[in-house]
Amino acid sequence: MESESLTVQKITLPKKEQVVVHPRKPIHWKDYLVKFGFYVGVVGIWELIALFHVWPPYILPSPVSVAQTLYYGFEDKSLLFGIGISMERLIIGYSIAIVLGVLLGLALGRVRYLEQSVGSAVLGLQTLPSITWLPAAILWFGLNQAAIIFVVFMGSFLSIAISTEAGVKHIPPLFIKNAGILGIKGWRLYWEVILPASLPSIITGMKLGWSFAWRSLMAGEMLFVNLGLGYLLQLGRDLNDMSLIFAVMVIIVAIGMIVDHLIFGLVEKAVKGRWGLLVEEH
Amino acid sequence: MINKGVIAELRDGVKKAVKGDRPAKPPKLHLRGISKAFRSVNGDTTLALQDINVKIREGEFVCIVGPSGCGKTTLLNIVAGLDRSGCGEVLCNGKRVKGPGMDRIVMFQESVLFPWLNVRNNIEIGLKSRGLSKGARRQKALDFLKLVHLSKFANAHPHELSGGMKQRVALARSLAMEPEVLLMDEPFTALDAQTRWILHYELQSIWEKTGKTILFVTHNLREAVCLADRVIVLSSRPGRIKQEYHIDLPRPRDDSSVEVAALATEIMGILRGEIEKVMKEELDEGSCKECDVKCVGAATDGRKLPAPVSPHGK
Repeated sequence: MESESLTVQKITLPKKEQVVVHPRKPIHWKDYLVKFGFYVGVVGIWELIALFHVWPPYILPSPVSVAQTLYYGFEDKSLLFGIGISMERLIIGYSIAIVLGVLLGLALGRVRYLEQSVGSAVLGLQTLPSITWLPAAILWFGLNQAAIIFVVFMGSFLSIAISTEAGVKHIPPLFIKNAGILGIKGWRLYWEVILPASLPSIITGMKLGWSFAWRSLMAGEMLFVNLGLGYLLQLGRDLNDMSLIFAVMVIIVAIGMIVDHLIFGLVEKAVKGRWGLLVEEH
Repeated sequence: MINKGVIAELRDGVKKAVKGDRPAKPPKLHLRGISKAFRSVNGDTTLALQDINVKIREGEFVCIVGPSGCGKTTLLNIVAGLDRSGCGEVLCNGKRVKGPGMDRIVMFQESVLFPWLNVRNNIEIGLKSRGLSKGARRQKALDFLKLVHLSKFANAHPHELSGGMKQRVALARSLAMEPEVLLMDEPFTALDAQTRWILHYELQSIWEKTGKTILFVTHNLREAVCLADRVIVLSSRPGRIKQEYHIDLPRPRDDSSVEVAALATEIMGILRGEIEKVMKEELDEGSCKECDVKCVGAATDGRKLPAPVSPHGK
């Protein structure tokens, strides 16, 4: 008896109990090299075509002239100004969409009557391209910033709400049960359990919402000419300045890629890693 | 060492004394006439539990075993307040159980740790409901992590832990809530044999240190004999108390020791008939459906109970 209790004290943990460290994927420089080579090739061919004047410059500007336009645009701050205006509209509309979308999604995911009533409307309205809200928005808000912000908002609001709802519904029932056992109720249940538990879905919705918002902003700015990047695109058309059009398109692609891949990519990876969604079963 | 032996003897003496004047003290947990029926999709009613009466005194470690589908987990959920019984009542400290409460913490087969919180915060989130200050929460979480030998992992996240470690965190979280009763629903079933063996030792030593009242559900007879003061054997559906065993083996027990194995085999003898019944039912669907039909119209009203229906009796 005595010796038995002694051996118990001495038990050491087997190796299995050590922390599992997931090795990071090594960076494949070759992949990046291939990518880089491809883009250099594309620009090179483009420059060649422009050099040989296959098409006149107002149809196809040379990459050099596009680069020049970009350079001068940043130097005289006209492009920066355009980016600033567009980003301001985007951030305001998108932020409101995140807040209201997450709230609506939580409500839809938790209240069955809401899901049956409002939920069907949300799904229906989601099919509406958000730019179609522009005429109504102009009549409601007038010819000003608010109309465009509304279009941006409508672009991302519903997709964020739908993703949030899906996230809430897919929370493992044991999480909710366990929260109840641990005395987590009311607002604490939403803030400390439901919201973080559905965060991966919310981020997916935000990513989707961002791309919808970005597209509707551009469409809105082009239709309803009032500064911003879309306006610069239209300006390029009006002035027959193809390199300005190309330059603005380059900027739009660059912003889209930075936000999509860098910001959302990293956030998504971090969240999914912590939530244990990236870990393969051994 | 000598002191230890003396203390153990004293403790045994105290335990016997407690046993002696049991009527004077109300049981910590009292299950009174618990019955439960389920209604299936096609409207049939199946009796899952029938007239379960159990008294568990303070500091007792009780295991419930039974063939699969006998309603062990349902019974535990009823005690936890996660499920409602058709009739009968559960009294915890003399008070009637109406829903989940912090006096009865449940540990599940899965650890159910929140992946966005680190180990320490996973313990603290429950303590917040207890209204503890930030400093007190932190201290308590660390104390209980020490108890389960995971102090080093206070800042790790659940996805970095092995299954056994996760269950230890869950145990620390449950104990930190200082429940009146700890309810454990097959907490070690999903672990490998090695880890389970270690946790059996640890749970015994923690139980002896804390003196918690534990109700433990398992289908593993050795586990039950290894851990419990008392093993309650349930029959196949509808679950009724078939037999009770008081286990007086010295602790700490080893689940592979001869004594434990012998007792487990003895209980297995009782259970074998029940398991065969379940198997027959599962293999022969016809008789199972018949059984369901015979139970229709009873027990769902919560008051009236049908006579036990044998699945094969015509």
